[in-house]
Amino acid sequence: MRRWFDTVHPGLTLVAMAAAIFFVFVYVPTDRDQGIIQRIFYFHVPLAMMTYLSVATVALGSAVYLWRRDRAWDRVAHGAAELGVLFCSLVLITGPIWGKPVWGTWWTWDARLTATLILWLIYAGYLLLRSVAPGEQGARYAAVLGLVGALDIPGINRAVYWLRTIHPAVIQNRDGSTGLADPRMQLAFVVCLIAFALLFAWLLWIRTENLRLQDSVEELRQRALHT
Amino acid sequence: MIDANGLVRRFGPLVAVDRVNLAVGAGEAVALFGPNGAGKSTLLRMLATLLQPDAGTLAWFGRSGHGGRRDARRRLGLLSHQSFLYPDLTPAQNLAFYARLYGVEDPQRRAAEWLRRVGVAGWGQRPLRTLSRGREQGCALARALIHGPEMILLDEPFTGLDRGGVDMLIDVLRDFVERGSSLILSTHDVELGLAVCQRAVVLRRGRKVWDGIVGGAARAEFDEAYARIFATAPGNSHA
Amino acid sequence: MREILTLVRKDLDVEVRTKETLASLLLLGLLTLLVLSFAFDPTSAMRAEAAPGALWVAVTFAGVLALGRAFLIERENDCLEGLLASPVDRGNIYLAKTLSTFVLMAIAQLGIVPVFVLFFDVEPTPALVGVLAAVMLGVLGLAALGSLLAAIAVRTRAREVLLPLLMLPLIVPAFIAGVRATQDLLAGGSLAAAQPWLGSMLAIDVIFLVVGWLLFGAVVEE
Repeated sequence: MRRWFDTVHPGLTLVAMAAAIFFVFVYVPTDRDQGIIQRIFYFHVPLAMMTYLSVATVALGSAVYLWRRDRAWDRVAHGAAELGVLFCSLVLITGPIWGKPVWGTWWTWDARLTATLILWLIYAGYLLLRSVAPGEQGARYAAVLGLVGALDIPGINRAVYWLRTIHPAVIQNRDGSTGLADPRMQLAFVVCLIAFALLFAWLLWIRTENLRLQDSVEELRQRALHT
Repeated sequence: MIDANGLVRRFGPLVAVDRVNLAVGAGEAVALFGPNGAGKSTLLRMLATLLQPDAGTLAWFGRSGHGGRRDARRRLGLLSHQSFLYPDLTPAQNLAFYARLYGVEDPQRRAAEWLRRVGVAGWGQRPLRTLSRGREQGCALARALIHGPEMILLDEPFTGLDRGGVDMLIDVLRDFVERGSSLILSTHDVELGLAVCQRAVVLRRGRKVWDGIVGGAARAEFDEAYARIFATAPGNSHA
Repeated sequence: MREILTLVRKDLDVEVRTKETLASLLLLGLLTLLVLSFAFDPTSAMRAEAAPGALWVAVTFAGVLALGRAFLIERENDCLEGLLASPVDRGNIYLAKTLSTFVLMAIAQLGIVPVFVLFFDVEPTPALVGVLAAVMLGVLGLAALGSLLAAIAVRTRAREVLLPLLMLPLIVPAFIAGVRATQDLLAGGSLAAAQPWLGSMLAIDVIFLVVGWLLFGAVVEE
């Protein structure tokens, strides 16, 4: 795995990213209704999907850590949570950029927007917990929160739809329904999805390695203090 | 009654207890000596089932694993430098609560008996918060013994006690051992430790460096060994 | 069961001695309602529309406060260690803490809901029984989720801020269901109309209870 991530994977990710940029800015035709701004969709949706992949990875890492108490899994959960917050932030930034010209407003309390914001808040809280609870104890606490958070998200996604009757959405969210009629658009979307999945894997690898090195530095420091 | 083999416990990168073996039988009283950070508290918390060892085996009353731990909690008593008592409740309420938790019969009466035994009977109905440190520690001792444990673990029990409190504690503990129960106590005060225990175990940086019966002629040998262990220990200025 | 009752009785004994938690819950609940009623023009229809939300903000804030205190009493003198060293089951410690916090919050709500009716000019109809039922279900959810999270927050160095930050996003489903139930009931709906919301709240409570019961051991066992 280390070999792969040190040699092949970075190159692959860069190529995929370059291809994604080519497809989004050159290859794909401009949307008839929405115009040029629709192209942000090719980043926005894969980022959202990577956010949910991060959430699932946090839950998996947390569950395995609680079961086996192997710090490697804790580092996977920790790294994935950071990526989740990062990707979710990008979703929350790219969304309004698209929403302003298309919906006529930066923000609306549409169900999906609300759910994404709450998800961001949960994992921002997770990272805060990690920063105030260090060591093995912090790992256990974070694992519990990672599991509760992942279990809560389906509930949140349902609950935000209960609200729609009070806060009608300005316009129905049309992501995926009207945008991708053209097969070239579908191809561009798949390329972007692959590029972001590769980026996710690469960043997760770098971050868990980083955390592992932090742990060993700390170990060496303690050992030096004691001899 | 307790059988520990090759116990290891790390806190992150720090190895707090390092491959410690310790077997304690019925009627035995063991004193754990060592400076702060030697691993005494960590070892005691593992023996008290509060901390899981990272490596090694640990059996209580001949049983280990999950069942052994559950069984041990019923048959062990634990006294730490924290009293585990609720400051807003009275000593009587606190003791009755713990008695009920351990399923002791007639908790109220048992609580009153123990308050008399540790000399706090007159303070039984005030909030614990208003009691002196010595009386609070007396209540904590009663709390640790109220369910009639077969073995008691004590972590620095003498801290903050005045002469009278120390005498009362030594008295209760000697009585406890004479009835065939066993105890392990940690302290950095050799005199007080040996006032209750015949056997001494010395920890240094998580490792067991001395283990033996200390009495009569052996006392001089122990003192010499103890002095040597800590005189040559580098970076042990706080010992 | 005996273990749970013993633990709950201890928590209530502490409250009887100090009366601190109940008093702070009531005061915070009333203050929240007061401040929120300032936020809306008393003559406008907006006030009636905002009423359900205001009630649930008061319920939730009082709940967070109660949970912050719930494990504080176990922290002083390391009492939680004493419980863990005893043969009591870890899951029972969680259930008992949930139950005792629920009892305190429920009592406080019996004071807060009538004041809400007063402040927000709510018609005293039988539908208020349904509102009270929704509040009780909501409070149970708060206690169930919060008892797990408070056990975490209390042992970190940011406990005062951490608990609300962790809890509020996770309680959103119960909060929304509670607001919707209250809206329907106050708009003249029958108890049957609010039933789906109450059912959702009950389901959320059960999920939180099971998850908390399963994971509490991982929080306290070292």
